[in-house]
Amino acid sequence: MPTRKRNNPAGSRLIFGDLWEYDPAPETADPKLKGRYDLFIDGRFVRPRSGKYFPSINPANERKLSDIALAGPADVDLAYRAAARAFPKWSAMAGRERGKYLFRIARLLQDRAREFAVAETLDGGKPIKESRDFDVPMAAAHFFYHAGWADKLEYVAPGRRVSPLGVVGQVIPWNFPLLMLAWKLAPALAMGNCVVLKPAETTSITALKLAEILQDAELPPGVVNFVTGAGETGALVMGHPGAAKVAFTGSTEVGKAIMRQLAGTDKKMTMELGCKAANIIFDDAPIDQAVEGIVNAIFFNQGHVCCAGSRLLVQESVADRVVAKLKNRIRVLRVGDPLDKNTDLGAINSRAQLATIKRLVASGVREVMYQPPCALPERGFYFPPTLFTGVTQSHRIAREEIFGPVLSILTFRTVDEAIEKANNTAYGLSAGVWTDKGSRILRMSTELRAGVVWANTFNRFDPSSPFGGYKESGFGREGGRQGLIDYVNLA
Amino acid sequence: MSAAAKNRIPVTKTPKVYIGGAFVRSESARTFKVSDRSGAFFANMPQCTRKDLRNAVEAAAKAGPGWARRTPYNRAQILYRLAEMLEARSGELVASLVGFGAREADAERGMATGVDRLIHYAGWADKYAALLGSVNPVAAPHFNFTVPEPMGVVGVIAPDSPPLLGLLSMIAPVVASGNTVVALASETVPYPAILLGEMLATSDLPGGVVNLLTGYRRELVPTFATHAHIRAIFASAGADERKALRLGAAASVKRVRFAEQSGAGWFADSAQGLDLVRDFVELKTTWHPIGS
Repeated sequence: MPTRKRNNPAGSRLIFGDLWEYDPAPETADPKLKGRYDLFIDGRFVRPRSGKYFPSINPANERKLSDIALAGPADVDLAYRAAARAFPKWSAMAGRERGKYLFRIARLLQDRAREFAVAETLDGGKPIKESRDFDVPMAAAHFFYHAGWADKLEYVAPGRRVSPLGVVGQVIPWNFPLLMLAWKLAPALAMGNCVVLKPAETTSITALKLAEILQDAELPPGVVNFVTGAGETGALVMGHPGAAKVAFTGSTEVGKAIMRQLAGTDKKMTMELGCKAANIIFDDAPIDQAVEGIVNAIFFNQGHVCCAGSRLLVQESVADRVVAKLKNRIRVLRVGDPLDKNTDLGAINSRAQLATIKRLVASGVREVMYQPPCALPERGFYFPPTLFTGVTQSHRIAREEIFGPVLSILTFRTVDEAIEKANNTAYGLSAGVWTDKGSRILRMSTELRAGVVWANTFNRFDPSSPFGGYKESGFGREGGRQGLIDYVNLA
Repeated sequence: MSAAAKNRIPVTKTPKVYIGGAFVRSESARTFKVSDRSGAFFANMPQCTRKDLRNAVEAAAKAGPGWARRTPYNRAQILYRLAEMLEARSGELVASLVGFGAREADAERGMATGVDRLIHYAGWADKYAALLGSVNPVAAPHFNFTVPEPMGVVGVIAPDSPPLLGLLSMIAPVVASGNTVVALASETVPYPAILLGEMLATSDLPGGVVNLLTGYRRELVPTFATHAHIRAIFASAGADERKALRLGAAASVKRVRFAEQSGAGWFADSAQGLDLVRDFVELKTTWHPIGS
């Protein structure tokens, strides 16, 4: 816990959060972790052929949580064979029956929501209020939404007959471990595919806990298989000849490597990659609401969000006001124990990611950096909320994805300049617009080259709302009817 | 035929490629010889270079925003107008196809299919958005909707056979949604693409929306693959070219789609439709607040 002084070091300004100490408010639900997690193949937990395991630690205090099986080529092959065996029956099953399994998964996940939220926070470092109120309920919502599609395949593509692809290989990132898993599994299963999925190596636990739910739901063995490990295992999952399609969420760099790896094959691909999203504040925006939105856009999940609003574009006439309010606001953000219900910023996911953030921040111009006074826990990986003002488009911190709680602030004068600056990036996953004018929202939405545009909000998601990128932020959509197309053959 | 006409020396045409709304030779001043079916010299074709390709991409990029902003109704009418131009000059196109070795019946059928296909996509221009987009019932106080938008500049690499129908079938679904195109015509039968350029120029299609290159695939395919401003590739390509295109595309996360038809497959109705329009649009989802 960061300790807070009653005396406000900034002097005369009244800062609400400095007035008293918060008592610790830890979430205490039992995450029911196992000391060791095996691979989930063909409906059973099996030891890896190599016998090797790697530790998964809690980034909040660097203590080991569990040992995770390391999958090698033989294990990945076993998983693909199990999936291929399960496919004929699973894909031929009546859609209404297939859907029932997904409905069951959604319900069983809701039953154990708090347990999963604690596990997610322990393993990944995100604040419990986010895993409890966002990650886990949204994951359940994705299963529930897609369950209802399972018997409606003929409505997916007008005028076409659709059929499942076969076995799909999926690799997901560590920022929303359970939610990304739901985004990947639910549409694949609803369309009648079988899955081999690899969670990120720092956050495998909730996937393996979900495997318990798959067993309880009596999902036929082999329909879903989880192989755990790092990048090498991921390359095996993507490259396996048994995959009819691969889906990847992660960095643009790795996405490009996978595209090259698979260049000689005809595998279908979807890629959900990085971004450097613009969050644009016009002078007629409701400023207080916008400041909350800026905070949510960049500090949600410590900024470990592919669509994070990491470039703030503020209209010049209100820039001073917005930045002053923003600085006040981030002074009262609570950085610390992710399990504390009052924590706003939890732990950075890994030592490696913390090093990346530090390296990119060091490339920024020190003079224009602002970090509020805030004591960080001694153990664990933490980084304070950080602002850079006076940033220009050529600065590295305005071009490269930092994937941390670091906001670059730029200004603009006209609508056209805002559009030009917002689009001046190789990425195009998301953008935010804050204004009181509905017509301006629609103009901006039309001009911004990004797959998702949030108006007077940010980082909102819904299973019925297609999500995915333009340009180097990837291709394919997840969610909605449009997200199903990537999991079927059209005839 | 009068004696005077019999003795007249015909005026032959200098083939020029259609780039940015103008008829140009290759910047390199290089040409390659094309012979007709009898083996007799027909003409020197522009042997376009990587630089010509880059110039064409620039023209396509300039034309892009204006074309994308045209109303779908307007794009539909322009595609229909192009079909009118082709229909009126179909005799000339058929003769050129036959002159380079096509059977007359195939050439006529290909021409008719090509014109009908343009009309097919003219009809899609103001309908695909209703089928590919949606209003999404999110659990939040937002009006959430998804609309398809053009990707930008799309590279088209046409098949050798059928040279004209293949080219038309690949260009039409791409421009119908507001993309602009840089296309490489058949290497073995490039002349029909020269004629097509002349029809594009009289079809109300703004200059730069469709740019046609002639030349050698081995010289141009690598640049199609790696040019970062080409946002998607639609190619009729062999296995080696496919790999090269995919490898190059990875550098800028370019979308790549291959035409799977060959020969007679291009004449079938399955070689057209909404799927091809879908492959060259991006889907944008907007969260618009409701009430206050």
